[in-house]
Amino acid sequence: MSGESTYVPKNAVAKWFESRLPVLGLAHSSFVVFPNPRNLNYWWTFGGILAFLLVSQIITGVVLAMHYTPESTLAFDSVERIMRDVNFGWLMRYWHANGASMFFIGLYVHILRGMYYGSYKAPREVLWLLGFIIYLLSMATAFMGYVLPWGQMSFWGATVITSLFSAIPVVGDAITTWLWGGYSVDNATLNRFFALHYLLPFMIVGVVGLHIWALHVPGSNNPIGIEPKSAKDTLPFHPYFTVKDGFALTLFLIFYAWFVFYIPNYLGHADNYIEANPLVTPPHIVPEWYYLPFYAILRSVPSKLGGFLAMFGAVLIVAVLPWLDSSKVKSAVYRPLFRIFFWIFVVDAVLLGYIGSQPPEGGAVIAGRLLTAYYFIHFLVILPLLSRFEPTRPLPASISDAVLGDSAKAEPALASH
Amino acid sequence: MAATTTLEEPTRRDFLYIATAAVGIVGAGAAVWPLISQMSPDASTLAAGSVEVDISGIAVGQILTVKWRGKPIFVSHRTPEEIAAVRAVPMNELKDPATDQSRVEKPEWLVVIGICTHLGCVPLGNEGPYHGFFCPCHGSVYDPSGRIRQGPAPANLVVPPYKFVSDAKISIG
Repeated sequence: MSGESTYVPKNAVAKWFESRLPVLGLAHSSFVVFPNPRNLNYWWTFGGILAFLLVSQIITGVVLAMHYTPESTLAFDSVERIMRDVNFGWLMRYWHANGASMFFIGLYVHILRGMYYGSYKAPREVLWLLGFIIYLLSMATAFMGYVLPWGQMSFWGATVITSLFSAIPVVGDAITTWLWGGYSVDNATLNRFFALHYLLPFMIVGVVGLHIWALHVPGSNNPIGIEPKSAKDTLPFHPYFTVKDGFALTLFLIFYAWFVFYIPNYLGHADNYIEANPLVTPPHIVPEWYYLPFYAILRSVPSKLGGFLAMFGAVLIVAVLPWLDSSKVKSAVYRPLFRIFFWIFVVDAVLLGYIGSQPPEGGAVIAGRLLTAYYFIHFLVILPLLSRFEPTRPLPASISDAVLGDSAKAEPALASH
Repeated sequence: MAATTTLEEPTRRDFLYIATAAVGIVGAGAAVWPLISQMSPDASTLAAGSVEVDISGIAVGQILTVKWRGKPIFVSHRTPEEIAAVRAVPMNELKDPATDQSRVEKPEWLVVIGICTHLGCVPLGNEGPYHGFFCPCHGSVYDPSGRIRQGPAPANLVVPPYKFVSDAKISIG
């Protein structure tokens, strides 16, 4: 369902260029006339918000790299210099650091929207997998970025996460030493993290290109979860969705700016303003908020290898969602039980995040174990059973029937309102 | 290619295919290996050498932290009560069984790498239920012999290679 190639070059130069590289026509059919389901709600605006944030992160990141020194004795001071001396350095750093959190807010909303409305189901499995790869790359990028200021949380976060690989039997220690380039997290580690932190966002851009390509084959899913059947079910991308995405982006940027200008360190840790010290571990190490549910799962398993497997398993299980949930009905709107279990899952994940932020003592450990068990039960037991036994509500005949009701029949020209 | 041709004598072309593929694989391997190996610690890092530590100033019950190969080393001057306690522990109570005698050169001196065997944090000395070491990150508890007693760590604190140069000096590494 690609957009009809209605693009006609208007002037001689465009005509000359289009006949040699038809990229203007591609942009026109992808982002101007591309037909989207007419009932997309605001949860569908986060893809565009994420694309904007990715570009914003790359621009501020390249600027920061012009002033940053990836050397263990100079890194911390170079970041402080960015904060105090470099013109607008404080803005660039706060914009970039909070941008990472905003990117993950966008990612989680985008992923949960896909889960709620069944956007991972056929024919969009590859689209889902490409999104999952973007998520993995984003986590790796954010982790390495957090190491660069070389504060105490940078250093000890890097130590804990890289030490996870030492849980692998036999070759674990060798892998960890190889990742570090030494006997501990040190200058060699910082250097390679900087190189990779610069590289990975461009790989994300590449996968985002594939993600959009895979999206434009079947087109967007929608809140009802049935595919468009006629031209009446869709509206062109421009102006309807450019305006909707633009409005949502504006609201999101206000939220983002509130963090940047009023509470720029709210999502950070005070310990990271102390320079890295390999001899002193801060009393309470916590990762950035977007890793907390997985960190809680890691700590809930009382075995080093078991914790490692559970944590990576919790991330990877999301990839196979299309094959765990085989219900033919996509949208939770027509799945009364799935809808309840979806929200229980969301609450479970949020509570895991809270447990991950707490010291691993007493009740927090027990709660963490129960929540971890439920996390896996949701994917491995509840979803497969629901998709077999859940009575679903009847689906409407078409998108326009559902959203326009009788007026669709009375006034077919409404599509051009 | 028809199935019958495989029964025939290998041709000059078959030989060239196999030889080309073999050279290609060796060449790819020769190119990839340096790309992997460059990330490992180099010879200057490996040859970080040994450290001599003067232990004469460490009072009984005190723990000194020194740096060796970028890692903290705990040199603990143990009290007679601690020594007696760790030597009285039955082996079946230990997650990673080792006698205290096998972990020290001299009973009053414990030398261990101060890195939790769980995920690499630096434990705190003279802390925890056994008054040994306590890791604040994920709650692993070690006794005054550096043996894991509670928590998620799988193994005892590692004893580095060291020897007594004199009664007042040790050489680590």
